[in-house]
Amino acid sequence: MNASTAKPNTTLPDPDINEASKPYWDALQAGKLTFQHCRHCGNNWLPARAECPKCLEAEWAWQDASGKAKLISWVVFHRAFHPAFANRLPYNVAIVELAEGPRMITNIVVDDAETLKIDQPLHFVAAQEQGHGIARFRPA
Amino acid sequence: MANNLSGKCVIAGIGATKFGGLPGRSTISLNIEAIRKAIADAGIAKDQVDALWVKCPTSKFEFMFGQKVAEAAGIQPKIGGVWDQGGASNIMMISYAVMAIEAGQCDIAVITFSDNPKTGSAAAYSRARGDDALYGWFGTLSNYAMIARRHMGELGTPREALGAVAVASRRHGAANANAQLRKPLSLDEYMGLPPMVAPFCRDDCALVSDGGAAVVVMSAARAKELGVRKPVPILGFGHGQTSWEVAQRPDLTSTMAKVAGATAFKMAGLSPKDIDVAQIYDCFTITVLMTLEDYGFARRGQVADFVQGGNIEIGGTLPVNTSGGLLSETGMPGMQLIHEGVRQMRGDATLQVKGAKRCIVSNQGGVMHTHAALILGQ
Repeated sequence: MNASTAKPNTTLPDPDINEASKPYWDALQAGKLTFQHCRHCGNNWLPARAECPKCLEAEWAWQDASGKAKLISWVVFHRAFHPAFANRLPYNVAIVELAEGPRMITNIVVDDAETLKIDQPLHFVAAQEQGHGIARFRPA
Repeated sequence: MANNLSGKCVIAGIGATKFGGLPGRSTISLNIEAIRKAIADAGIAKDQVDALWVKCPTSKFEFMFGQKVAEAAGIQPKIGGVWDQGGASNIMMISYAVMAIEAGQCDIAVITFSDNPKTGSAAAYSRARGDDALYGWFGTLSNYAMIARRHMGELGTPREALGAVAVASRRHGAANANAQLRKPLSLDEYMGLPPMVAPFCRDDCALVSDGGAAVVVMSAARAKELGVRKPVPILGFGHGQTSWEVAQRPDLTSTMAKVAGATAFKMAGLSPKDIDVAQIYDCFTITVLMTLEDYGFARRGQVADFVQGGNIEIGGTLPVNTSGGLLSETGMPGMQLIHEGVRQMRGDATLQVKGAKRCIVSNQGGVMHTHAALILGQ
């Protein structure tokens, strides 16, 4: 869809793909979930940033996630705050914690999100949204 | 503690606009009306004010806003400015005023806030969060709902506990002639409401409101000298900044409110059992439950027992949000709670808690990113 025919109000804000975060989005586009690992103190984190938020050093590398995670919390939208989601109601948004430690916002692939349980095990599923690779999770 | 400022300063005056929809009013105009009424309430002249702290409107950040308000108020402050800590700003600014007064940097301070999201734009409350729009992660209330779900799942807090908070604020707001929403809510009605962003329904959420409110702070000695009617001593305050986005917090069910409360209680030399009435920031119902736990009124995970059976309503052991709070009086972020704390300590609140001698007020901002506690006395 080109710019002149796109309905701007149904286009979601794109993620900020910058020098620090580009490898993360490139990996997701290739179907892989990655996180940053600090070579200095061993800390693992997301989202992408230039320095380790634990030791503040900038000696880090991207690592592949195992895909194992657990459910920290979730909500179910019955109201769309953005027109792009108006025809997807109800939909869920969740916080998950990867086995390696980082936490992230995601969606759980499940028929009825009200059947989910706090801390239940999950597994990564590669997905696409608006031309970007994204990370969803399903019950393990 | 090196230099305890407990009781050294007072809230000498309060002033507010009407609440609700105030079409055609700018945030400057709302601030000026609030300031005019607050200095009249304190019984002082405008020219005696030499410090001005301003919370920037939530709905629209304006560059050098403190100076715009100062110009419209016709004053040139010795100290002050805009404080950017969301809904925690008002108590924070009061505490900075106390510290500045006691450091000899100013004499009489005005702290003010206004916003007009109801007739202006409320877009700030429904924006995409962080970099996660592709997941449908929108809205302030969704973040609080995420915290509520964890509290319910991890600690077993039932939805009825959230409901008890809404019921209390709505009952108290119904008795307040100035409240924006004067419609009581029963627990049965609450439990029957459809989900909006589950586990939240509409009545878990603060109102969207236009309005302005201000306070005047000075030393207790100055208030005596000026013959201020019923000055309300500031016994304690404390801050805490949880800071991290909800997804990055290692613990969703407790915040730096715990530190803020402990600091305020220590400064005042008091503990939760000394508090007679509380004004607890109720942007969403879960916030009240977690603040009551973090302040030590209930043990972690046991707040449901504390709030049940009308215990936080007028006549209960700890009446909370006696003028209706953000859920019923006005969605304004926090200054109305300070005003009601002042009225309770003066003894002239509409729903006066008989014999109340100590009131704790909480303010918090963002999604529990920032917190400030204030203890008022007589």
